Amino acid sequence: MSEEHLAVRRIREGTVIDHVAPGTALRVLSALGVTGQDGHIVTIAMNVPSDKLSKKDIVKIENRFLRADETNKIALISPSATVNIIRNFKVVEKRNVDLPEVLEGVFHCPNPTCISNSSEPLTPLLTVVSRSPPKLRCKYCTRVFKLEDLL
Amino acid sequence: MTNPFFNRDVISIREFSKSDLEYLFKTADQIQTLQPNRRSSLADGRLLGVMFFEPSTRTRLSFEAAMLSIGGQTISIIEPKTSSTEKGENLHDTVKTVESYVDLIVLRHRMEGAARYAAQVAEKPVINGGSGSEEHPTQAMLDIYTILKERGTISDLKIALVGDLKYGRTVYSLLYGLANFNPRVFLVSPPELRLREEALSDLEGKINLSQHTDLEEIVSDLDVIYMTRIQKERFPDLVEYEKVRGTYVIDNQLLSKGREDLMVLHPLPRTTEIKPEVDSTPHAKYFNQTIYGKTVRAALISLILNKEI
Ligand SMILES: [Zn+2]
Repeated sequence: MSEEHLAVRRIREGTVIDHVAPGTALRVLSALGVTGQDGHIVTIAMNVPSDKLSKKDIVKIENRFLRADETNKIALISPSATVNIIRNFKVVEKRNVDLPEVLEGVFHCPNPTCISNSSEPLTPLLTVVSRSPPKLRCKYCTRVFKLEDLL
Repeated sequence: MTNPFFNRDVISIREFSKSDLEYLFKTADQIQTLQPNRRSSLADGRLLGVMFFEPSTRTRLSFEAAMLSIGGQTISIIEPKTSSTEKGENLHDTVKTVESYVDLIVLRHRMEGAARYAAQVAEKPVINGGSGSEEHPTQAMLDIYTILKERGTISDLKIALVGDLKYGRTVYSLLYGLANFNPRVFLVSPPELRLREEALSDLEGKINLSQHTDLEEIVSDLDVIYMTRIQKERFPDLVEYEKVRGTYVIDNQLLSKGREDLMVLHPLPRTTEIKPEVDSTPHAKYFNQTIYGKTVRAALISLILNKEI
């Protein structure tokens, strides 16, 4: 068993996000809205030695099976991440994260005087205008934000 | 050329090309030469819904006067005190209600993106009458029309935009609009009120810009001073406001250092940034703007409502 597998125990059911850019696991959890409040086990390992990257973070979320539209939210933070859906200790689905052109309902616009932050029945929508460094434009107020502004 | 404004929303001036704007200005010229009965048939039987959720007498009067001048009528919702904390009907439902009565809506709102959202909700065309510190496209249209009427051209004119460039929505619309006409633009503001970063990057390569803090230093070079009010209501912090108000004041002493044909514009209302002594000089063109404004808005409404004029 390699060193990285020793760092975090195997899980029976849930989602393992591997090859997360080193030091970004907490931001990944924040973007996914994983707070630990629901009582399920969440394990993170940061700066684990890795073959692919020289270091990586790993996030394991038990009893939750994240859909692609959820995990794609982290493409901006860690495009290298791979998502493994685990059932009964087996990887039943493996996928990369894919940054969409448009993020609908993922992030709120950080501009407090944007109409998308009022009580109107609308879904916030941000368009990716640049990938590295990531910049997004709000559909409504048209302001451009850096990733840090969104998390 | 077919009418590029017919049945269209006017949310940002960026959605319109140079030839679109020229088409609008040509129509504005044309409308003034029409026989009164022909002119008042342009919006005959049509209704403009005026929805103003932020204090403004000037822009509202201008739209109403424009609509009446082409034979149309207006109904209004004026709720200047509405804020996000006061629970009322949401904008969505209000727009839906108003659009069932009218042919066209003009909306002013304190939040950025409000007009874009209203246009998404409404099937009838929506004109942005000012959305937070985002844009005020019809003001920019009339500003550009004013310069063109007074000077004949904008190409290579030296234009200074002065004051609150961070929160002043007219500035954004004006810059995006001017970018079509190849002027030389001087941005003059206190460091804390500089143009927002995204606008600078949006405008990069599209317009010749430089940033300044001292107006006196460049005044002798200028063809146009576009003065803006430092708006108290946009400041999150009143200490900041007190620090920067009164930074720039146009008076006859300053203008004496400028060219004889230097033109002073202002979207109005002004507070103390242009001294009344300037009003009677040939430099003062801000009241002319008001007249051009009604004409441009009448042309715009006519073009939205009629495929052909
Ligand atoms: Zn926004």
